[in-house]
Amino acid sequence: MAGNAQQLRGNTRWVLSLNAVLVYVFFYAPIALLILYSFSDDQLVGRWGGFTLDWYRAFGQNDEVQNALSVSLRVALISTLLSVVLGTMAALSLERFRFRGNRIFDALLYLPVIIPDVTMAVMMLIFFTSLDDIIGLQVTKGFTTITLSHVAFSISFVSIVVRARLAGMSETLEEAAQDLYASRWQAFRFVTLPLILPGIVGGALLALTLSLDDVVITQFVAGPGSTTLPVYVFGLIRRGVSPLINAVSVVMLAASVLLVVLSLVAQRARGGSVT
Amino acid sequence: MTAAVEITGVTKRFDDVVAVDDIDLTIADGEFFAMLGPSGCGKTTTLRMIAGLEFPTEGSLQIFGEEVGTLPPNKRPVNTVFQNYALFPHMNLLENVGFGLKMKGVAKQEATQRALAAIELVQLGGMEKRRPNQLSGGQQQRVALARALVNEPKVLLLDEPLGALDLKLRQEMQGELKSLQRDLGVSFVFVTHDQEEALTMSDRIAVMDQGKLLQVGTPEEIYERPANRFVADFIGQTNLLEGTVADAMTVVLENGTRVAAASDHAAGTKVALSLRPERAKLAPRDIAPSDGAGIDGTVAGITYLGNALVYRVALDWMEVEVRDENRPNADRLTAGDAVRVTWEPGAVAVVAE
Amino acid sequence: MTAAATPEFEVANERNKRRRGLLMALPAYVYLILFFALPLIIVVVYSFATRNRFGGTDLSGWNLEAYAKLGEPIVRDILFRSLWLAIITTVICLLFAYPFAYFLATRSQVVRNLMLVFVMIPFWSNFLVRNYAWRVLLGNDGPVSRLTETIGLGETTILFTPTAVVLGLVYGFLPFMILPLYASIERMDWSLIEASRDLGATGLQTFRSVTFPLSLPGVIAGSILVFIPSLGAYVTPEILGGAKTTLLGSYIVTQFLTARNWPVGASVSTVLMVVMLAATLVYFRKGGRTL
Repeated sequence: MAGNAQQLRGNTRWVLSLNAVLVYVFFYAPIALLILYSFSDDQLVGRWGGFTLDWYRAFGQNDEVQNALSVSLRVALISTLLSVVLGTMAALSLERFRFRGNRIFDALLYLPVIIPDVTMAVMMLIFFTSLDDIIGLQVTKGFTTITLSHVAFSISFVSIVVRARLAGMSETLEEAAQDLYASRWQAFRFVTLPLILPGIVGGALLALTLSLDDVVITQFVAGPGSTTLPVYVFGLIRRGVSPLINAVSVVMLAASVLLVVLSLVAQRARGGSVT
Repeated sequence: MTAAVEITGVTKRFDDVVAVDDIDLTIADGEFFAMLGPSGCGKTTTLRMIAGLEFPTEGSLQIFGEEVGTLPPNKRPVNTVFQNYALFPHMNLLENVGFGLKMKGVAKQEATQRALAAIELVQLGGMEKRRPNQLSGGQQQRVALARALVNEPKVLLLDEPLGALDLKLRQEMQGELKSLQRDLGVSFVFVTHDQEEALTMSDRIAVMDQGKLLQVGTPEEIYERPANRFVADFIGQTNLLEGTVADAMTVVLENGTRVAAASDHAAGTKVALSLRPERAKLAPRDIAPSDGAGIDGTVAGITYLGNALVYRVALDWMEVEVRDENRPNADRLTAGDAVRVTWEPGAVAVVAE
Repeated sequence: MTAAATPEFEVANERNKRRRGLLMALPAYVYLILFFALPLIIVVVYSFATRNRFGGTDLSGWNLEAYAKLGEPIVRDILFRSLWLAIITTVICLLFAYPFAYFLATRSQVVRNLMLVFVMIPFWSNFLVRNYAWRVLLGNDGPVSRLTETIGLGETTILFTPTAVVLGLVYGFLPFMILPLYASIERMDWSLIEASRDLGATGLQTFRSVTFPLSLPGVIAGSILVFIPSLGAYVTPEILGGAKTTLLGSYIVTQFLTARNWPVGASVSTVLMVVMLAATLVYFRKGGRTL
């Protein structure tokens, strides 16, 4: 709160302001230019050749892109749904109960956040491959393996967000509900759930974002014919840039910005103190 | 008549810590009952056990003759006003107050009517649509009260309900709580660490320390005849003069002074004489004490309180405080004056550990 | 009439409570054991295995061969290059993020929230796309190159060099540095700074002996949050780096997808993981709370 108590003076103020401007230019200029070029009528990606919507049309007509997009969306929705349910239950359990093994569970929940994508990707690849060696289960890489892998990292993020919300919510509120004749289920339904809902929504949006963003892990567990949009685009980029990629990128960007805005709105809604 | 709350041999252990140690307690119907003690004494745990938020490790807990020791909170005919009110932040005032009725399955229309009446009762009419964060501390306190009372509990439990309010508001609420309780005729069980609050409001007080119930009695009993040293010291201010029981009528102080003081402790028991500052008087040394007793000392310092003066008097082996009303035109003593500390017989209480 | 409480009832009640907690955690617990812990263990097992002639992996006969490979010049170079780039990235982020966070913390509440939102947006935006944007900007005929040519500095040729990788990493992870720094500076008791000034310290002295030490938890948290993903980066070097700037991430991927030497890939992954865990422990020791 006391932030503005400190007055910056003279040179410091100018240097800091300039730095802030630079940081924002650095953040936004590349994105702005990318958006601009996606409307450029030129085969070269970084040159302005007049306004066109051709690349977006190409995006809409490209079957491979459309197929990858549909896989991406389905994976994102299903993995989000699963990780929200599992992650919220995990959060409730760790924040409100003590049980044998909760320490281990706690650590296990943090690990997927810490472990680098590449390692996680390797883990999932070897795991799905060796299922055949170990239990003779032939796993076809594709939609299912991608979704299972996404849930494996999203659970942790969801539970961290929901736990933060729960930790800020006094347990006395649940006691008060029970004191006022609510059963355990009713106390959850009418008091706990509405109060942690912003956390759950935030966690869900985070899970959606992560799933829609992931390249590395998906690349390892995707199969021929079922790949997500980022992996498909990543493959294209490695072969070279193209105005079509510009357009696809801008669509992906728009989707993630939409998710940020939604999550900010979710945080605002009922953002009132819950202690 | 059945007691509102009957606690028999109740103990509560948390792992190795004994929070409440084998207490027996009876709270009568319609009584304003305070549980008083320093933090960690077990008073809140006892209240939570009555509410059902904790289960006793052992012992019997009855509410109006019915054993409730193992019932969950939502099955008990009691309601609680929580320390920080625990109002539901996502509900407006009406929804907060109506919550218990809704859970009990009272028809919506009736529930609304009763909730509105309860809101009226605590003088918050017209604010039904407000959220708790739009209310002042005092108003939140009233909402918490209305939310509990609307359910017509057989016993109302209050956990430090005034602790978060400032002094002025607290005193106002003390009066209101008291008259509300008298009007409703329901037992209030009230947890506080503020002895003055307990003395002003309660019909009876239970003093607890370290999980043990030390004394139960009316404010007067507790103040005048403390059961032990802790109670004497905790309730109000007092001077504790160490000594030994000589016989049923006499205590010998540390410096050898024999003082008339009745006690039922065996001769030789180490005791303390509790002398309240306002019961002690200062007299010139040359006047022999009419009755009672006196100890010579010297005025060491004076504190001006406005309505009273407190003299610190140095005795040979300790210091005592003597409180005197601030009368006009009275001769003021000054530091260094030789005085005698005296008191009327019966003004002191003999307390053991 | 219900029964009075007994120690047995209390024990049973506590047991029920624990059981409810476990039951609620169970689905996620089982899921993570199956699809996270088990794969993790398998990777470690593989790192002790041997590659056979057909590109498969023999699990019999455990050995340290794959780890020995870490000492070979090629792998060692990659290891050091990755470390070096991660360190440079961290330092650059710190240099820009600190004054930024400080500035942010001294704004009014409204301005501060707005500024934060505009830090959050790139933070959440698609990582691949943000790297791709730089690829477009830095390309042969890209706007940056044309700009430098126009003003007479000649063509810009940093694409596919370590510089471009660092640029991409800084771009990707700068918000990870700003947010914890902001949190620790904002939480600071500003009267301490006034006290320091009041006691005759100059602005610089105050910064060195009061402000900076107080914000150290944020510095450590931010540094670890930038360092960890930089070290394991894969997408950025693949898009912006050249053939000569292979980093750990790409090396691991190559071992799995191209060279088919899984034991070596697994051992490098294991080492990377251990480094991350160590850094994370430091982070929590130093009072970091959020991830």
